[in-house]
Formats: sequence, structure tokens, C-alpha cells
Amino acid sequence: MAARDKHGPDAPWGDGFKVIGKPNRKVDALAKATGEAIYTDDISLPNMLHSKTLRSPHAHAKILSIDTSKAEALEGVYAVLVGSELPIKYGVIPWTPDENVLATDKVRFIGDEVAAVAAIDEDTAIEACELIEVEYELLETIVTAEQALVTPEPPIHDDRKKRNNISKHVELEFGDVDAQVDDADLVVENDYYFHSTTHTAIEPHCAVATFGNDGRLTLWSSTQITHYVHRALSRVLEMDPAKIRVIQPNVGGGFGGKSDPFALEFITAMLSKKSGRPVKMLWTREEVFYAHRGRHSMQMHYRTTAKSDGTITSVDAKLLIDGGAYSSFGLVTTYYSGQLLTGPYAFPNYRFDSTRVFTNRPPCGPKRGHGSVQPRFAFEVQLDEVATKLDIDPIEIRRKNFLGENTTTINGQRITSNGFLECLDAVEEASDWKSKHRKMRYGTGIGVAGSMYISGTNYPVYPNKMPQAGVQLKVDRSGLVTVFTGGNDIGQGSNSMVAYCVAEEMGINPDSIKVVAADTDLCPVDLGAYSSRVTFMVGNAAIDAARKMRNKIVEAVAEHWKVEKESVRIIDGTVYNLDNDEETLSQREAFHVTEEKFDTLGSTGSYNTPTLGGDYRGGTIGSSPAYSFTSHVAEVDIDTETGEIEVKKIWVAHDCGRALNPILVKGQIEGSTYMGAAEVSLENYEMNRFSLHAGPSLLDYRIPTTLDTAEIEALIVESIDPEGPYGAKEAGEGPLHSAIPAVANAIYDAVGIRLRELPFTPAKVLAALKEKDEVTADA
Amino acid sequence: MRVFHLKINGDTVDVAAPEHYTLLEILRYELGLTGSKQGCDKGDCGSCTVQVDGVPMLSCLVLPSTVESKAITTIEGLAVQHRSDGGEGASLLQNAFDAAGALQCGFCQPGMIMSAQALLESNATPNRDDIKQALAGNLCRCTGYTQIYTAVESAAKDGGENGCS
Ligand code: FES
Ligand code: FES
Repeated sequence: MAARDKHGPDAPWGDGFKVIGKPNRKVDALAKATGEAIYTDDISLPNMLHSKTLRSPHAHAKILSIDTSKAEALEGVYAVLVGSELPIKYGVIPWTPDENVLATDKVRFIGDEVAAVAAIDEDTAIEACELIEVEYELLETIVTAEQALVTPEPPIHDDRKKRNNISKHVELEFGDVDAQVDDADLVVENDYYFHSTTHTAIEPHCAVATFGNDGRLTLWSSTQITHYVHRALSRVLEMDPAKIRVIQPNVGGGFGGKSDPFALEFITAMLSKKSGRPVKMLWTREEVFYAHRGRHSMQMHYRTTAKSDGTITSVDAKLLIDGGAYSSFGLVTTYYSGQLLTGPYAFPNYRFDSTRVFTNRPPCGPKRGHGSVQPRFAFEVQLDEVATKLDIDPIEIRRKNFLGENTTTINGQRITSNGFLECLDAVEEASDWKSKHRKMRYGTGIGVAGSMYISGTNYPVYPNKMPQAGVQLKVDRSGLVTVFTGGNDIGQGSNSMVAYCVAEEMGINPDSIKVVAADTDLCPVDLGAYSSRVTFMVGNAAIDAARKMRNKIVEAVAEHWKVEKESVRIIDGTVYNLDNDEETLSQREAFHVTEEKFDTLGSTGSYNTPTLGGDYRGGTIGSSPAYSFTSHVAEVDIDTETGEIEVKKIWVAHDCGRALNPILVKGQIEGSTYMGAAEVSLENYEMNRFSLHAGPSLLDYRIPTTLDTAEIEALIVESIDPEGPYGAKEAGEGPLHSAIPAVANAIYDAVGIRLRELPFTPAKVLAALKEKDEVTADA
Repeated sequence: MRVFHLKINGDTVDVAAPEHYTLLEILRYELGLTGSKQGCDKGDCGSCTVQVDGVPMLSCLVLPSTVESKAITTIEGLAVQHRSDGGEGASLLQNAFDAAGALQCGFCQPGMIMSAQALLESNATPNRDDIKQALAGNLCRCTGYTQIYTAVESAAKDGGENGCS
């Protein structure tokens, strides 16, 4: 049975929270601050080899032959690997396996992986890669999404049933959209563009693999999805999964960029098998750019109809999504691009038509706010245009169309808690909106936007009825509680969150808890750190396991003291007899008493989503047990001479259900907002006309420094979700979305131009200002 | 191969390494001082920042032969220094980063902390702008920097109160 049925948002002992909601330290922060924390590249095994990959210099080509003989002959080379040795395809979504570890028949983008070498050191491996001779036959390069749409031949993937370059097409209509146009008081229709951006976690991907003489494989990898990597290894290496152990050490940031299985995980495993020695592969920063899986660029057309009072009557969307060379999460992206827009506003009628195409570019995937950041940008700008045209305050129009709580969206998503109105109130007040909007001097302005996001999804990637998250507790005679969780802590603090939940539920101090995470040999399965699912699902599983353990302790101690169970209380690691002040037990003593009664102590907990989603094909994709809500207000200063946009301050209010640790929640809100704001004009994952990346380095791809980052004020709104762990929902992805349209809308307030194509470069600002001046002059 | 004579965190070490190795490679792969991180190997990210005679430097751009006579401090050295000064556990600044929630993935933090430490040593009462300037070469992809400023500010405040940095 699922944990959600058994506990709600209240404090477990009925007299307020002791751990939850407090600014507790993270379980791993001090280790990180002192340099002790081990990341994958910090691992060095005896006798370890280093490996490198040969990558394609062509965007689209057939491989006619690969000759590795010279590389193999080089001194210091221990193993060479080519694609034909691992012919089985994989992909994170089991319906679309279209990736090979190394190219078998063709290459699909510049940087696609062709061969790999393990050698005594990196320099030798690089030298050996250069000795590999590959004969290519060039094919037409599909550079843009439009080109892909009209160019079925050559198909980038020619083993699919349909010969074309369409990766996925989804068209869904709810209500009757076209019928609204005639009756509408206002129709606003425009094109929007969201460019590609990438995660740029500061830690490059890295993997270390070793095959024992017993035929067992151990892989350490900087991944967000230990479980899926485990499954993919088993599939591609054709190995019994029970003989594979995947361990995620500390991860230096993910943001969705480490949530696919990546070639280096298979390559190191296979090279280790071939060489009989442990093998490491560390990608260069340049290689990380080629791995990408970042934000899909989207060309979007939106049409919104409204009544004169601002009520939205329909929304119609058509999207063209550039998927790059492989599917990755593309099936989900295509659905998310439409499915996640149906809140925080009520859409009485809604249609979306999304097409994801393959191009000869590095594959796109799930970047923070997967698939829904782009449509959110377009729609929030369009909603602002509706407000302007109807002369309604942009915050008011958002209130007016509020979806409500405990309701269902037009596409069948169940909404429980919803703190969106409180978010709007919070940013309105904090930003002093009323005295600023339309009242600031020319060049400065303020804008608002709102959004919602999932807290996990009930779509488990591969169909199964097992729990989506599992947690196991070991209670030791020393007084220590060890929590085993499959959850991937990628810096967001999930290990700490698990410790807080267990501590709260058991009545003990987080200091007496140790969390062992993301090791497939030791930990029960969790599906991974994606879709903002970890707090909600792993948190609930942790509470479930801890509650079972606490019940045992209470029962054993009650029997020991010969009192009713209601008289036993554990507070901060000490067990009290409420009937007798004199009688207490330490945590350790209580564990002994419990072990005497129940034998060796352990418990398990799990979480699975309820049945959710609309009753139609794809109706479960994007359906979540709870949704988070966000609102941003941005204040900008536009230099009308240079076209430069300075974002002065961003206020962001986020409904995270309950803040399990307000410091960590604020960190997520601030980090998300920073990352979103950076997509407005700084970051651009750009290719040239040959499909070659324009500048795969941290110098050319401009992620913000301290000097480029606006002041961010994070405001927490707590709607207390009925099913979240103590009422919590996600905080790690939602607060990115509306940062971008809030800036766009602020630019309109500042200088009266509507920018609809990201990124907003100074040139675009100047062109729009010029156009505006010409229109004004003509009038 | 060549032998480098280095002074690292108060220890004098002789390390044999390929001539072209950077200081970062020596630290991480020859000495096992893996606290300094490599995010780009090109001088763009700051995660490899160490102090050389008290000045923050990007160890991925430093050839070890150029710093043989100098005192190199890495993230591992901060707590060591703090304890030899009579303190306990981690340094004030490291603790402040922990308390402020400034550490998410933690990968930028060794470099960030080394830059911040150098700032506090030269300016015990930095304002927000001083902090931004001092940390402008250290990219953090997780935090949005706000909690990092808070950490440095609170360490400066506590350092002032306790008469140490
Ligand atoms: S690793 Fe030295 S600056 Fe990035
Ligand atoms: S904490 Fe992750 S990069 Fe700074």
C-alpha cells in the first residue's frame, strides 16, 4: 500500500515540528566545504587506466570503415572499443531506444562518439584516438527544425518505421478552441521563439568502472539516475543486473544534464572488461557541451481568446521543437510542451499541436523545467499582451483567471493545494508593484509572470506497478539510524531532506542519522532525480519507513515500562514516560529494548502515486500528485542607446507546500531564478551553419558570474499539500519558469516593446525600439 | 618527468610528475588533494582556485615550476590552519558556508571558499560589492550566489567579533 494513504501533513507527535521547517544544516555540507566530499573524478583505483573518445567531425555521415590497428599498436594502449562491439541500442525512454554507445553505422552530430581507447594515461589515450582511421561518406546535414520538417530524406534515424525526421508528434484538443474565436472580445495571436540553452553543471561528467574477477561490474558515475543507468547497462552489456552495481558519488550539479544514460558509462565498463583493469573517463568541458541534453529550442505560435473582463476563453498552441540528433526524453518533452500549461490559470478550451524533429545537432533533453519553460515564456508574454490590450493590471488578470485549488485542469490533471494567489500577493507587495507598474520613468519597468510545475509524475518511465520510491532503515545498537535510499542527491539536498523526515518522524536528532544513497547494491530503488520528484516521493517513503520503526520502538518501550503506548514520547533522541517524569531512556537504550523485543531492527517504506491523469493517450504524462506554483516580478533598466538590458531585481514567490528546510528551499528558489534569468539574454547554445557548436567553453557560453546576477528576493509560500511529505511539494524547477517572461514583460513596461524571440540581445532591443519609433512617427 | 619541490598546506613535498602537468593535476592526481576541483581546465570557472602566497590563483593555469618557492594553500589546508591556530573542526568561513546553505552541489565551493578567504584576509569588512568583485571569477551554477554572499558576510562579522578571520 502506498505511503500517501497513511500520513498527512501534520507533525507526527501532535505538538509541532521539531526538525521540519527549521534551518538545519545539510548532512553533507561541511564535507563539501572542506574538500573532503568525494566526486567521481576524485576516485582513483589501483591500476586504473584512463580513457578517451574519438568523436565525429561531421554532422551527418555514414561510417564506411574504422581502422583501429595503429591505435592498438601504440605503447600504453590497453583496449580499444568500437560501436559494433555493443550493437544494442538504448535510450532513457524505453519506447525510443535510438542511441548506440559508439556509432555503428553513422554519425548524427559533430561530437557524436565513434570509438574509445583505454590507456595508461589520458595523453596516450588521446594520441591513440588520433591514430584511429575512420572513413566517412557525408550525408546532407539537417541544420534547422524547419528543414527537418520538410526533409524526410535522409532520415537521421533510418531504422524507424516511418522514414522521416519527425521524432514525435502530439496533438490534443480539450473543448472546442476554434469556436471561441468568433465570440471573443479579444484575440491575440503571435509567434514566439525560445532558443536552446544548456545545463552547464560545474562538474563535468565522469565515470569509473571496474570488472572484478568474479565478473561483477561496479560503476561510479556522476549521474542523476542510478536506477536507469543500472537498467541500461544490463541491457546493452547483456548482463545480469544482479551483477552490476551503480554508485553515484557526490554530483557537482545536474539540472537534467545527467539524467540520461551516457556513453561514458558503457564505455568505461566495456573497456574495463576488455583490459581487466579499472577504467576512468572524464569528459572535457567541450565534450560536456556536445553531450548537451539541454533546453530544446521551440518555435511557438499562440492564440489566446479572451472576454473584455480578461477571462481567458481559449488557448491554441502550435509548437515546433528541435530535438537534435537523438530522442532522449523527447517523447515526454513533446507532451510536456503542451500538457503543463493548463495552470495556474483556468483554460476553458485548449489545444496544442507539438512536433519534435530530429536535426544534426547535439541531442536536446530535460533541462530544469523540462519542456514547459518555453511554452510558459510564450504564454505569459501573450497573457501580458491580453492584459495590456484590455487595460487590465497584469497581476489582476492572473488573479482573474486563477484555476483554484482542489480542482481539475481542462486536460484532466488533478490539482490539490494551490498557493498561486498568495504568490501573486507576495510579489506584488514585496516589489511595491502598485507604485511602480506603468509609473516608472522611461527605460525602467516592472513585469510579472506566473507558472506551475509538477512534483514528480505518475508516469514511471518504464511501466511497472512497483513503488516509485523506496527507503530502508537500519537501526543500530550504537544509537545510529542508517537510512538507505535510492534517491540521487545532486546538490539539491535530498539526503538532508531524508534525514530531516526520518528524524522528525522518529523523534530523534538528524545528527544521529546517516544517509546511504544511490548505490544499487545497497539501496532500494528510487527512480532518480528528475521531474522534481525526489522530495515528494522519497520524502513520503522515508516517513513511511520511519513511522513503522517508531511504532516498534514505542511499543517495545511501553511494554518495558508497562505503560500505555500513548505515554511514550521520543523527543530529540530521548524517550520519555509521560506518566512518570523520572523515567527516561536514551535513544540507544530504547533501540536495545526494541531489538530485544523485535529482533534485528529494520523497516522499509515506499511511495507510489495514486492513479492520476486524463483518460486519453498521454493523459498520464504530466500528471503529478501535486503541483507547485510560482510568481516572479522583475524590475529592469534598459539602456536605450546600447540596447542593453539590466535586470535590477527579481522577486520570486514559490508555493512549495511546506518548506521542510527554509534555507534549502530558498537556495532552490534563488538558484532556479538565477538560471532562468540567465536564459533571457546571456546564455545561448548556438550552432553555426555547419551544425558546429559556436563556442563550447565556459568563456563563450556565458553563464552568469556574481556581477551578472540580479538581486533575487525569494519568498516562500506554504500551501501545505495534503499528500506531500509533511505537506511539501517541489522547489527545484518551478521557480525557474516565470523568471523569463517576467523580464520580458518588464521590458515592455520600461520601453513599450514586445520582445517575443529569445535571447533578447541588445541588437533585438534596438531594432524593436527603432520599429516602435517608426510606428509612432507614422501615426 | 620532473621532480617539483612544493610547499603545500605547510608540508614540503617532492613530486615527480610529467613536465606539462598543471598545479591542479599535481594536486589532484599526484598528491590526492582532490578538494580542488576541475570544472573546465581552462581558467574559466574558478573551481580550481588555490592560494599562492595568499593570492588566489587558478591552479589549472599554473605550472608547478613557477610556484616552487611559494606557499600553496588548498581547501584542505584551511581547516588544518584553523586547527593549528587553536580552532576546532572546520574554519569559520567553511562553517559559515554550511550555515548559510551556500553549498548545494558543492563543486564550486572549494574554489569559492579560497577566493572568499583571500578577500577576508585583505579586507576584514567587505561590503556586498567587494564580495561580488572578489568572487566574480568563481562560477556557481547552483545557488544564484545570494547565500554565498550571506556566508561571507556572516564569516566577516563573526571574524570581527572573534578577532580572527
Ligand atoms: S578548472 Fe581552473 S578555472 Fe576551471
Ligand atoms: S554549489 Fe553547485 S556549483 Fe556552486
